[in-house]
Amino acid sequence: MAKAGSSKGGATLLVATRKGLWQVKSDPARRRWRVAGPQFLGHVIHHCIADPRNSRTVLAAARTGHLGPTIFRSTDRGKTWHEAKQPPAFREGSGRVVDHTFWLTPGHASQPDVWYAGTSPQGLFRSTDRGATWQGVEGFNEHPSRKAWCGGDQDGTPDGAKLHSVLIDPREPKHMYIGMSSGGVFESTDGGADWRPLNRGVRADFLPQPDPEYGHDPHCVRLHPALPDRLYQQNHCGIYRLDRPGERWQDIGASMPKSVGSIGFPIVVHPRDPDTLWVFPMDGSKVWPRVSPGGRAAVYRSVNGGQSWQRQARGLPATQAWLTVKRQAMCADAGDPAGVYFGTTSGEIWASRDEGRGWKCIAAHLPEIYAVETA
Amino acid sequence: MRVLIPNPLRSYTREAAAVTASGTTLDELTLDLDRRFPGMRFRIVDEQRQIRPHVKFFVNGSQQRDLGAPLADADEVMIVCALSGG
Repeated sequence: MAKAGSSKGGATLLVATRKGLWQVKSDPARRRWRVAGPQFLGHVIHHCIADPRNSRTVLAAARTGHLGPTIFRSTDRGKTWHEAKQPPAFREGSGRVVDHTFWLTPGHASQPDVWYAGTSPQGLFRSTDRGATWQGVEGFNEHPSRKAWCGGDQDGTPDGAKLHSVLIDPREPKHMYIGMSSGGVFESTDGGADWRPLNRGVRADFLPQPDPEYGHDPHCVRLHPALPDRLYQQNHCGIYRLDRPGERWQDIGASMPKSVGSIGFPIVVHPRDPDTLWVFPMDGSKVWPRVSPGGRAAVYRSVNGGQSWQRQARGLPATQAWLTVKRQAMCADAGDPAGVYFGTTSGEIWASRDEGRGWKCIAAHLPEIYAVETA
Repeated sequence: MRVLIPNPLRSYTREAAAVTASGTTLDELTLDLDRRFPGMRFRIVDEQRQIRPHVKFFVNGSQQRDLGAPLADADEVMIVCALSGG
């Protein structure tokens, strides 16, 4: 899918946090940044994303600590918002309740009114009216194997089990992938009517059987827009690459330095080069601290599809930087060179205007950052 | 009947702290509230017709946990949202 966020005229970041939504905007050179907001102050915003097919449309997934989940829609680039008439909700009688919408994905370029949403617990929803009303993708939500794939809704992780990484093949709108924590990666070739697991080669060393068909924990899955047969995933158990029509993921995290490891949450692909990607390693040892290993914050980039990795830490604090970056909180813009951005759970946004070579903190003191997307 | 609206829901009522709605049960009342203030019900009642965990209904000062609880026109319903932590 074409990525929003051309650097012409500057970049805009949509920053979704546990306490509201901010927009961070740059000058054309992406050197100076201005923080605007908040909007929805006090609302938990899990994801906010602009529509690359129509950049005036922006959707935000929201809830509060006490109120149920909803979707807000803007048709003027985020200046004003209207609530969805019918937010994602499971079928009455199913016994399932959407806790929050976690992930939003604009649909295929040929279907300009279609959006997808992934929820916690794992559910997949589709809107055919630009986010005003949402219907369950019953081919997934009612699939007879869904419970086997995902476990029960009470089996999730502390922040809740999630359906994320809804990926649409830019060549074929009926060809889709989803990622689930937990559950694994699944593929549909019929617009969501049926699904099958796609996890061969991915470890699940937390399960009794380390090489199961499903039950894995992909943290973030990306498809390259210029080479849609190339998938990458940052998993609970390493970093992987899949070249379709192949079925077996390759472990590309094995080439990370052993002292750093291959654990993290986000993974970001370059806007044009399918062989270039970034990850933000975190400590996955013992009780899973999920912070920069050793307090030495760094991004790692590969320019050869994961065969080797380079540390990119210039400008980041050299010591005592215990950063956590969530799976939706790292992205790239479409500039040349590409800008790369990440937001931390400690409320900082770091930006690189040269594909990760140098980093600058462009915002601080925000609430816990859940997602950063270019607009 | 009179319904007292907590702060987190007043974006639906144009900031009104009290509104009038009708229904013979709490379920019907929340459906009527949703007709008058679209979107409000799903924030306080989930898709399985259960009151959301941190939302409370008080009828004439007594908490009612069942959406089937009967109501009369003279009743006063208070909606309370509970929030803790940082």
